[in-house]
Amino acid sequence: MKFGVVQFPGSNCDFDTLHVLRHVMKRPTVLLWHKDHDLQGVGCVVLPGGFSYGDYLRSGAIARFSPLMQEVKAFARGGGRVLGICNGFQILLELGLLPGAMLRNKNLKFLCQHVHIRVENAGTDFTRAAKKGQVLRIPIAHFDGNYYAPARVLKDLERHRQVVFRYCDADGKITEEANVNGSLAAIAGIRNLEGNVLGLMPHPERASEALLGSEDGRTIFESLILSLERRTSSRRPARAKQARHD
Amino acid sequence: MKVRILVSFKDSVLDPQGQTVKNALQTLGYGAVKEVRQGKVFELDLEGTTKKEADALVPEIARRVLANPIIEKFDWEILKGR
Amino acid sequence: MIDKQILDQHNLTEDEYRLIVDLIGKEPNLTELGIFSVMWSEHCGYKSSRVHLKKLPTEGKHVVQGPGENAGILDIGDGQVVVFKIESHNHPSYIEPYQGAATGVGGILRDIFTMGARPIAVLDSLRFGPPDDPKNRSVMEGVVSGIAGYGNSIGVPTVGGEVYFDPSYNLNPLVNVFCLGLADKDKIFLAKAEGAGNKVLYVGAKTGRDGIHGATMASAEFGKETEHKRPNVQVGDPFKEKLLLEACLEVMDRGLIVGIQDMGAAGLTCSTTEMAAKGGMGIDVDLDKVPQREVGMTPYEILLSESQERMLMVATPENVAAVQEVFAKWDLDALVIGEVVAGGRARISFKGEVVVDIPVDAVVNLCPAYTRPSVAPPPPPPPPAAPALDSLPLPADLGGTFLKLLASPTIADKEWVFRQYDHMVQVNTAFLPGADAALLRIKGSKKALAVTLDCNSLYTRLDPRTGARIAVAEACRNLACVGARPIGITNCLNFGNPEKPEVMGQFEQAVTGLAEACRTFGIPVTGGNVSFYNDTEGLSIHPTPVLGIVGILDDIRKAVSPGFKSAGDAVVLVGESFEELGGSEYLKVVHDLEAGAPPAIDLEQEKRNQEFLLEAINAGLVRSAHDLSEGGLAVALAESAFHGARQFGCEVDLDGPLRADALLFGESQSRIVVTCRRANAGRLLELAAARGVPVKAIGRTGGAEITIRQSGLELLRVPVETAFRIWKDSLPDFFKVRT
Repeated sequence: MKFGVVQFPGSNCDFDTLHVLRHVMKRPTVLLWHKDHDLQGVGCVVLPGGFSYGDYLRSGAIARFSPLMQEVKAFARGGGRVLGICNGFQILLELGLLPGAMLRNKNLKFLCQHVHIRVENAGTDFTRAAKKGQVLRIPIAHFDGNYYAPARVLKDLERHRQVVFRYCDADGKITEEANVNGSLAAIAGIRNLEGNVLGLMPHPERASEALLGSEDGRTIFESLILSLERRTSSRRPARAKQARHD
Repeated sequence: MKVRILVSFKDSVLDPQGQTVKNALQTLGYGAVKEVRQGKVFELDLEGTTKKEADALVPEIARRVLANPIIEKFDWEILKGR
Repeated sequence: MIDKQILDQHNLTEDEYRLIVDLIGKEPNLTELGIFSVMWSEHCGYKSSRVHLKKLPTEGKHVVQGPGENAGILDIGDGQVVVFKIESHNHPSYIEPYQGAATGVGGILRDIFTMGARPIAVLDSLRFGPPDDPKNRSVMEGVVSGIAGYGNSIGVPTVGGEVYFDPSYNLNPLVNVFCLGLADKDKIFLAKAEGAGNKVLYVGAKTGRDGIHGATMASAEFGKETEHKRPNVQVGDPFKEKLLLEACLEVMDRGLIVGIQDMGAAGLTCSTTEMAAKGGMGIDVDLDKVPQREVGMTPYEILLSESQERMLMVATPENVAAVQEVFAKWDLDALVIGEVVAGGRARISFKGEVVVDIPVDAVVNLCPAYTRPSVAPPPPPPPPAAPALDSLPLPADLGGTFLKLLASPTIADKEWVFRQYDHMVQVNTAFLPGADAALLRIKGSKKALAVTLDCNSLYTRLDPRTGARIAVAEACRNLACVGARPIGITNCLNFGNPEKPEVMGQFEQAVTGLAEACRTFGIPVTGGNVSFYNDTEGLSIHPTPVLGIVGILDDIRKAVSPGFKSAGDAVVLVGESFEELGGSEYLKVVHDLEAGAPPAIDLEQEKRNQEFLLEAINAGLVRSAHDLSEGGLAVALAESAFHGARQFGCEVDLDGPLRADALLFGESQSRIVVTCRRANAGRLLELAAARGVPVKAIGRTGGAEITIRQSGLELLRVPVETAFRIWKDSLPDFFKVRT
């Protein structure tokens, strides 16, 4: 299977993600330029981290209007797998492919550090190589990672098991101290209702080589590869109500 | 014509930057300041637009691009005499 | 016409003016005077420092490019080179801390990628006044946010550095930024304009009135702008620079350009004249073609503007369209504004008239160099240090003193700072900030690069020559502690007013010390920066020669990470301890004294100790290594405990006649605390003996406390957890919001 990493003006982690997918996970991976209209037949689209458009206006607010994002939206609506990492997650939120929004970190400072996240739902295409409750050590690096959603949206997320990762301590406990950016319900990553789109703030591509401190991030890429190369029955995800974004 | 659009967090959303500014002001002795909300100001220079057209155009621009409707609200006005 | 008042505004002396008239064969007009004013300024012309900098060794087998270009270049094998340099942005950071620091980062990044190298790491050396003063806190917050804001946005990790606090920096904070880039050896670009008929292109952001100094204000010749419209602080745009970086690397990768120079200090003036002079050519420029973001700009303003994120390129006429296409892809301006010509003159026109016509050689190469009067600093008292140790009371509670040192802002944990920097982007960072040196892996190879910045300014104040030698020694020692050997050095020399003989004396001595140490270690200086005039209201900063050193490890798997690894390992002290407390952090923090002579440094012994350490690491004998600096042995042991994964302590037994405080907190040089498996201790000691390196097994790791005994007497015993909390919380506590 082929991965596609989208490149926006200002994306920084595009090359990092490309490196991990190509040289560590050893899968064919292409860069997709934001102005193009061709997804080049990839099996999974990755929106990488970085500062697309400088994070000016709001993180991800301008990137979501890029020409390629129309194709990505259609791809996602058709069941294609989309992974949004950090800025990528922010773009998915602005696009309305995932519900909620990002606020500034609660301590009002940029945070770059290793954190622990707990796998809340191991049944997704992005986590099937992991176990429920498993603790992963993956770094974050963001200014606006404080996840927010209105109360009714949060209720839906929990009810439909859309919360995939939560910030926790090394032992897997959800604590205020472990939730360094102040996210609602310690949410670190969520999926859409259909389960083919995932966004998370931590950077799995930074935790894919033991040399750099942790290999726990590989689990996400391994899960995707497992899901997509398995080629079991073609499951068409049930078409859910379009998220309101007016 | 010049229009000014003010984008700020919805009342239900926590505004830590506004809080920080409030604390700083109170520490400096401005006890009369009870609450602070921080926002963004955009000034747009529109060419060849009538007031009626602006009434439709500006909210669309604000809703679609300038503000994130999940967490932000906006207000706008036409600036007189500029 | 040009009178004394105008010369003063332009910071030119009458002698310099006469020299200019001689060189160009006419009286300069105001615009031409402006050009000389910036190019012959201390910052661009290095007038006071050149004669002394000549003493520095600049040659070595790895050197591809030494001083004189935008950055230095070293060959690291496998067809790759590293490109690096350090620069200061001190004065702007006091005026506007965030933007001053941010644009400092922007500037050094451009110096690196203008040579064809992708920047892969940034380090910073920061000095502020003590953080108990809200003004100093405010400057520090702004500076750290600014470096973070720019570096994070453009996607270059800030992987290390140092932060020092001292009252001498109250009104003159120092912000020195170092950048390292990686390039292919055959794809390096220099700032040369060659080939008559080649086109000169302006790329990047539009030109505004940023950074044009007071000289323009007085003259009636210039525009009718009022002051509030003229920004006196440049605002950096990291997003624009990211686009510029990608576009430049793309045209360079495709071989579409002949020369390139970034527009930094003195903007268009500097880049055009320097490129022409280096290529032995002349240059014709039409200012009407320069993209401007303000109306009514005069030639003076356009030429002297320091608007950020702009580059000047030279390309053959056939390649111009291709270059423009690449820049269009990245949504950047790329316009032909001139041509390379023979004849060695810069001819600049504006609205159809030639407004500047001068020989470039005069501007670039003939700036006078001065040997300013200097007075050698008073010779330091010989060790043991004065004030006489006998009169120094020994603290009753050494444990309490130990904690006090751990809490001292210069020693305390700096996580508050580096957590704000993205130190992991580009996925090369093998050692996180806090280690003795930053360690960066090189993708596709086993090699790794190690980098560190160092300078103890208290030592250099007390004895500039010794202090400078120690700075080099310490930098190399830090590299050795991770397993790397040094290959090149860049320096940022921060001093006070060079017109004061004492300052010049300090400068001279420091450069001498620098040169001596670099020669002993065989490390070439590849370039650097001089920042003078760091003084306010008659108070000069401590002389602060900051060094940025680059080292290489052939096999990253042999790298040694900081921190104790397991309980029960042997703790070994490499090097000899003397009874000297001069210039120590202990003397400053506990006895409120900045006095005495800095610790003695024996460069040959230092070299032997480091080479032994590298050999031991290579042989796989070393599990952790940490050099001793501020706070001496006690602090080094504590830091090793803190960096260990399990944070267990150690039990250490020392002997000898040194008084307790000197033993615990003295800063004798060339010492390293090493841990190894018990079974290997014997071999380690034997190897040291064979290499003429004093070494002693002093104890073992383990337990929940840090215990240090002397001749059986317990000097201190502190729980690791207690020490850790004090060390960790000190800096953040200064910045807690006060309600």
